[in-house]
Amino acid sequence: MQVPAPFEYERATTVDHAIGLLERLGSSARLVAGGHSLLPMMKLRLANFEYLIDINPLHEELGYIKTSSDEVRIGALTRHRELLESDALAAAFPIFRDAERVIADPIVRNRGTLGGSLCQADPSEDLSAVCTTLDASCVIRGPGGAERVVSMEDFHVGPYETAVGDDEMLTEIRIPLRPGGGSAYEKVERRAGDWAVVSAGAAVWLAADGTIDDARVGLAAAGPNTTGIPEISAALTGHAPAEELYEQAGAIAARSCDPATDQRGSAEYKRHLANELTRRTLRRAVERARS
Amino acid sequence: MTAVQEPKLTTFDDNDQKPVGYGRMLRKEDPRLLRGRGRFTDDVQLPGMLHLAILRSPFAHARIVGIDTSAAEAAPGVRAVVTGAALAEQGLAWMPTLSNDVQAVLATDKVRFQGQEVAFVVADDRYQARDALELIDVEYDVLDPVIDVRKALAPDAPLIRDDLEGKADNHCFDWETGDEEATAAVFAKADVVVETDVVYPRVHPAPMETCGAVADFDPIEGKLRLWSTTQAPHAHRTLYAIVAGLPEHKIQVIAPDIGGGFGNKVPIYPGYVCAIVASIVTGKPVKWMEDRSENLISTGFARDYIMRGEIAATRDGKILAIRTNVLADHGAFNGTAAPVKYPAGFFGVFTGSYDIEAAYCKMTAVYTNKAPGGVAYACSFRITEAVYLVERIVDTLAYELGMDPAELRLKNFIQPEQFPYETKTGWVYDSGNYEPTMRLAMDIAGYAELRKEQEEKRARGELMGIGIAFFTEAVGAGPRKNMDILGLGMADGCELRVHPTGKAVVRLSVKTQGQGHETTFAQIVAEEIGIPPADIEVVHGDTDQTPFGLGTYGSRSTPVSGAAAALVARKVRDKAQIIASAMLEVTVADLEWEKGKFQVKGDPGKSVTIQQIAMRAHGAGDLPDGIEGGLEAQICYNPSNLTYPHGAYICVVDIDPGTAQVKVRRFIAVDDCGTRINPMIIEGQVHGGLTDGVGMALMEMIAFDEDGNCLGASLMDYLIPTSLEVPDWETGYTVTPSPHHPIGAKGVGESATVGSPPAIVNAVVDALKPFGVRHADMPLTPSRVWDAMRGQATPPI
Ligand SMILES: Cc1cc2nc3c(=O)[nH]c(=O)nc-3n(C[C@H](O)[C@H](O)[C@H](O)COP(=O)(O)OP(=O)(O)OC[C@H]3O[C@@H](n4cnc5c(N)ncnc54)[C@H](O)[C@@H]3O)c2cc1C
Repeated sequence: MQVPAPFEYERATTVDHAIGLLERLGSSARLVAGGHSLLPMMKLRLANFEYLIDINPLHEELGYIKTSSDEVRIGALTRHRELLESDALAAAFPIFRDAERVIADPIVRNRGTLGGSLCQADPSEDLSAVCTTLDASCVIRGPGGAERVVSMEDFHVGPYETAVGDDEMLTEIRIPLRPGGGSAYEKVERRAGDWAVVSAGAAVWLAADGTIDDARVGLAAAGPNTTGIPEISAALTGHAPAEELYEQAGAIAARSCDPATDQRGSAEYKRHLANELTRRTLRRAVERARS
Repeated sequence: MTAVQEPKLTTFDDNDQKPVGYGRMLRKEDPRLLRGRGRFTDDVQLPGMLHLAILRSPFAHARIVGIDTSAAEAAPGVRAVVTGAALAEQGLAWMPTLSNDVQAVLATDKVRFQGQEVAFVVADDRYQARDALELIDVEYDVLDPVIDVRKALAPDAPLIRDDLEGKADNHCFDWETGDEEATAAVFAKADVVVETDVVYPRVHPAPMETCGAVADFDPIEGKLRLWSTTQAPHAHRTLYAIVAGLPEHKIQVIAPDIGGGFGNKVPIYPGYVCAIVASIVTGKPVKWMEDRSENLISTGFARDYIMRGEIAATRDGKILAIRTNVLADHGAFNGTAAPVKYPAGFFGVFTGSYDIEAAYCKMTAVYTNKAPGGVAYACSFRITEAVYLVERIVDTLAYELGMDPAELRLKNFIQPEQFPYETKTGWVYDSGNYEPTMRLAMDIAGYAELRKEQEEKRARGELMGIGIAFFTEAVGAGPRKNMDILGLGMADGCELRVHPTGKAVVRLSVKTQGQGHETTFAQIVAEEIGIPPADIEVVHGDTDQTPFGLGTYGSRSTPVSGAAAALVARKVRDKAQIIASAMLEVTVADLEWEKGKFQVKGDPGKSVTIQQIAMRAHGAGDLPDGIEGGLEAQICYNPSNLTYPHGAYICVVDIDPGTAQVKVRRFIAVDDCGTRINPMIIEGQVHGGLTDGVGMALMEMIAFDEDGNCLGASLMDYLIPTSLEVPDWETGYTVTPSPHHPIGAKGVGESATVGSPPAIVNAVVDALKPFGVRHADMPLTPSRVWDAMRGQATPPI
């Protein structure tokens, strides 16, 4: 049994309670959601915090998927499993179900949350790539109920670093809903439940004439951050979907990512995957947008 | 094409035939294990028990300049902080390994691998002990490590084992087998010679339960009770007696339920010794349970052989000779668990299942700054490496000759009439009939159809591979005359006692780690004396309760202790027959045995059951002259030879040409382990071993960076397979009994681990044939397969 260093623990009863505690305890405190990223690091003593503020009691309040005509709002405490099982979400953004099927295992998915995934800001995090692909924005709440909304690009400041301040908390993710959309996600892993060697998400929005109105690609595990690739959007927009176009996008993905060689694979291979998976997901996203 | 056998998914119904003897039956231990009522070492709670945590080296190679323990000693709950220097004062800083080397219990002079034990803390609870480790201040002088095994013997390589007197290099041992000259002569005349460098990377047994112990030394009685995760309780007790100087009768080693061993729990680890010392020092029971990272970075690894394999053959595919040169990485201390006279284990069986003219192996083993080992990780003492080598190079020969790999094997098998067959390296295979086993596997697979499908797929650019491995194992060590562990002969005791009411208890020296001994051994006894398995208690894992024997590893339990159980039961039956003759008032010769009872020949109505005889043996009234009361016996079985199970495995893989991901689509395993005691348990052993093989072939490897940091320190980094990576196993069997074993049984515990990696690798390489790939090393991760597809396959180390 791996045992963490001593810490104090408190259960938050409301969002403002949690933020109040953060305000008071500063950087010696951490929120714990599903705990599947935080606790392993604490058990390995790679992270030592004096206080843990458990926000699981807020699941009632922050565990939801709400669809309106122009937006999907997802609460930060929505669990992987809820994202996987939501038919409404799968209908709007099939990329979520694609991704959730290959994230971790049922034990992790039962507890791990969307908010925790994004705030962990691990460059291999799949949901960050999904949210980047969908051009999501993040609602961050601070002391006194102050809320600000930041784009995924601004949310991830660097590996394991986000725009969320010490006394702030991520409460919601908002995803714009546009007509003619299709999306898909693909991941290459060495084994079920392993983090991605590389994964890619793609979303396309087709105009009435069948041409690409907008397209976005997000990669995970292909660089220090899970940022999007604007060059791909520029290259695809206005064109009719075609294999050559996907190939072009794949080449851009391979060129613009910045993977490192590690136990999961060589940088060269990862670049190849960025290309291959970009093509595959674009192809599938277009198929879905059409149907 | 012969019918493809659909994998049966609902065979559970006939799994519990409740046989009085051999046959399918649910495991007696499972109700306990499945309901969470098993009792593992970490479940042991004793009054006043303290907890021990070990400080480990962050460096692979460093001199210890100084250790300051004062802050740790002052920490809350801390009872003792012990360093190597303190142990050295008691002469306990070093201990012998199973291979006659020495290993530091706690480092005194230098640390020699990352994760090496440096000091320990004993505290009131596990958290306090772990927290106090942070307060120990060790000053290290970091040295250059030896990580690249190929450079270990370079003249300028840093010296690792300066503790050994006169040692000037990192050489561990040399070993050779076979006839070098004769082999060279055959190679010289051969039409075809194929040479391949084959790496079997370092892997870890990674049992779900990590290693640990609870030591309880009673200073009044002078008795030490040690609960520990050991596969060999008796051998461990004797070694503790030798190391710690405690009298052997005052040591009780108890191996409670064990959550998987795979060889990882054969060696004695420093942690066990630390727990004993801690209990003696504090006068309290002390528990040490390592965590997952500690298990992965410091306990016995396996494999780590770099092999150059050469095979010589005629143009029409007759294999003439095999030659190999091996560089073996033994880590910082030679902790190999193998019979002492076999420093390379049973690697000598690298000639495989083939009748050849000559063979030769030369091996050099070296020290490196890595964890010590290697253990028998489900490998039957290095047979895994041997079988992998030969099955891989036979495939390279098939590639070279343009011959079907199945056909090439069939052409070269040792023939049934040649058994007992002495190999060119001196191993006497007891029995075998290889062709039917191979043909059955090919039938189940639908081999010809598969090849056709492959051809069609290749034409379409799809990547499908079919891999074959045929193995012969050598299991069941001894005999004692040439096999021993540190002087302890490899023979096993067994005791059987039948109680007055006809229930029985059988006491074994071997110890299950999940193999089902409580069931299999009850069935062996049941078969011989007709008492139902449910009525036979199997006692094992406690040195105070069981006769001496060498333990469970190298698939030796059934070949050795299984024979002992059968023979002791026959001894009891012989006595029962004499008592029966008195009960039925006939001569012994007039009786015949009908399972469970003796009856008068020609008058089966006149009979007495074994239960009636048991009561008579303990009851009032006289017994026949010279017969003592009671119904029990004891023996020690010394095997006359190893047993040699064999098997034919066929694997079918598909590779995604875009991502290079390998999917094992089908796996057919036909095993011949001689007489089959409980087929359900055999299948379980095979399923587990095959899964293990998928792990080694596709994902497992303990890697190090150039500073000697272990890159596999968690199960997120060191991957082991899940049910999602494996297909529904398709198993079959043939039966070729062992002629020298009392019930004809051969071991099967490791067959699948031995046989499956080459089948899977052969399948992947076969799938990559369109790219001209002749060999690619494990682990075949997508990245490495992609390299191979581009002609850039590299060894993993
Ligand atoms: C075995 C295993 C396999 C995994 N495999 C994958 C995989 O394949 N792909 C993948 O994407 N992920 C994977 N994960 C990670 C998994 O998705 C985690 O659950 C997720 O990364 C974190 O979610 P959590 O709710 O558990 O966060 P926690 O561990 O509770 O928190 C993570 C961090 O986020 C902070 N935090 C949490 N919620 C908030 C909030 N609302 N506001 C501000 N800060 C917050 C915490 O303070 C902490 O710093 C795996 C995890 C495990 C254990």
